[in-house]
Amino acid sequence: MIEISGLTKAYGDTLVLDGIDLSVADAQIAAVVGPSGAGKSTLARCINLLERPTSGSITVRGQDLAALSGRDLRLARRQIGTVFQSANLLRRLTAAQNIALPLRHQGVPDPEVRRRVGDLLERVGMLHRANHYPSQLSGGQRQRIGIARGLALQPSVLLSDEATSGLDPDATRAILDLLTGLRDDLGVTILVITHEMDVVRGIADQVAQLDHGRIVEQGSVADVVRRSDSALSRALLPMPPAPDAEGLRTWTLRYRSDQVAPTWLSRVGRDLGEVAVLAALVERSGDAPVGRLTVGLDPRLEERRVVEVLADHGVAAEPATALRAVADERQDERRARQAEPAA
Amino acid sequence: MTALLATPWPDVDDLLVPALGETVRMVGIVMTVVVLLGGPLGLLIFNTSPLGLTPNRVVHVSISWIANLGRSLPFLVLMAAIIPVTKLVFGTTIGYQAALLPMSVAGVAFFARLTENAVREVPRELLDVGLATGATRWQIMRGIQLREALPGLAAGVTLNVIAMIEYSAIAGAIGSGGVGYLAVNYGYRRFDDHIMIACIVVLIAMVQAIQFSGDRVVRALTH
Repeated sequence: MIEISGLTKAYGDTLVLDGIDLSVADAQIAAVVGPSGAGKSTLARCINLLERPTSGSITVRGQDLAALSGRDLRLARRQIGTVFQSANLLRRLTAAQNIALPLRHQGVPDPEVRRRVGDLLERVGMLHRANHYPSQLSGGQRQRIGIARGLALQPSVLLSDEATSGLDPDATRAILDLLTGLRDDLGVTILVITHEMDVVRGIADQVAQLDHGRIVEQGSVADVVRRSDSALSRALLPMPPAPDAEGLRTWTLRYRSDQVAPTWLSRVGRDLGEVAVLAALVERSGDAPVGRLTVGLDPRLEERRVVEVLADHGVAAEPATALRAVADERQDERRARQAEPAA
Repeated sequence: MTALLATPWPDVDDLLVPALGETVRMVGIVMTVVVLLGGPLGLLIFNTSPLGLTPNRVVHVSISWIANLGRSLPFLVLMAAIIPVTKLVFGTTIGYQAALLPMSVAGVAFFARLTENAVREVPRELLDVGLATGATRWQIMRGIQLREALPGLAAGVTLNVIAMIEYSAIAGAIGSGGVGYLAVNYGYRRFDDHIMIACIVVLIAMVQAIQFSGDRVVRALTH
């Protein structure tokens, strides 16, 4: 496992990371998300020990790596494998030679290098491209070689720094499957730095949102998605745009429990009459389903009854109009406040 | 008149072949020194720079200054300026040995810069790969920087060899021997057009051949 605590990084007077606390258990995938400029890349460079934190600790297997220097620091870096944004393969080395590079630098004997490189190529499904140069590989293939190289020294933690940025959806999917495979088969702890919410929903067990050098929200992905009011929740599972339902009242629904039965909609229909599904996003996160929907219901239904019936099925409901009303109210308040000094 | 002064064509070889041998020897010896000294110097200049593996302002500025020194003076001036040192080292100021020192000084300085440029072209992220996998600085320089810069270094060597052929010809002006010496003493001073033409043809052919093979090598090293 990896435990980051009180991690701070300052460049001169500029505080880029401000007391990061993050811990990832063995065989878990954690994602760090955030807008550009939030400090994601600095965090990545601190975690793979390319940058020395100003203060705080990074503990892997009980050893504080941030405190090391010189030779110890160099050796400690081997415990954390890094998959870089654009794979960063050496252009003049073949796929196999690229994977072998860290092993050769460590002085692993030739037969052992060959055996391990073969294993790694097989794991990332690239045996048939072993002797290709990076220029002969696609972006996704290069990234798979990058992952194999990151794993070459058998690190307990794998850091993936925007590893799927710029890949097409199929290649992204393949990389994500590979990462989940590493977690499930090899028990590797994986820290994914990304700005892609699909990636987080697709593979992460837990998520942390970085903003202005601080973690502003974190939790298990499923829990965060079930929260109603959080920005991260809405970013992770955005509500698809819905058309107006003629003659119906619009409600927004959200899976609140991890026990929502797949058949809830038809059961709700029995109690509340016709349910018009206007927009919906339902998928699995971890072991439990998560979802957001916009539905249209008979406007004569009593608000309290709708909320109660849906709550029985683990679904939170809010009238969309009410939401809009709240937003309008807040805006009115703001306007009033702004107007006051002038008056 | 020229026909009377010119060496008969069949005899041109007798002068040209030894001269060519001297040029090749001069350039060969100098290039060995240049690669062995200029390469490490260039690597050091880059790696002590803020972008390098071991930034060190004082060392960077000092070696950078020394490397500039060797390139500041026009070759003819440099050659004349270090004649006392040449005499001290080789005991003579004429013959092809006399050209070795000034050519080496200018060549090492030139190649140091070429090496620095070639190594600078290696993306910083590749150095990070080395660092992140716990490689030593020496391993990164050898296994990543130099290896990735190899096509650029080969292009640099090509450029440098051609520059050294040119310098060896300039050195001919102070009696260093080689094709340049032949061109100056026979072709220019004695109006020996045959020798002049032969020298020009040989120099052009040599430079073209070197550039052609250099380009081939660069292409073979690029993947």
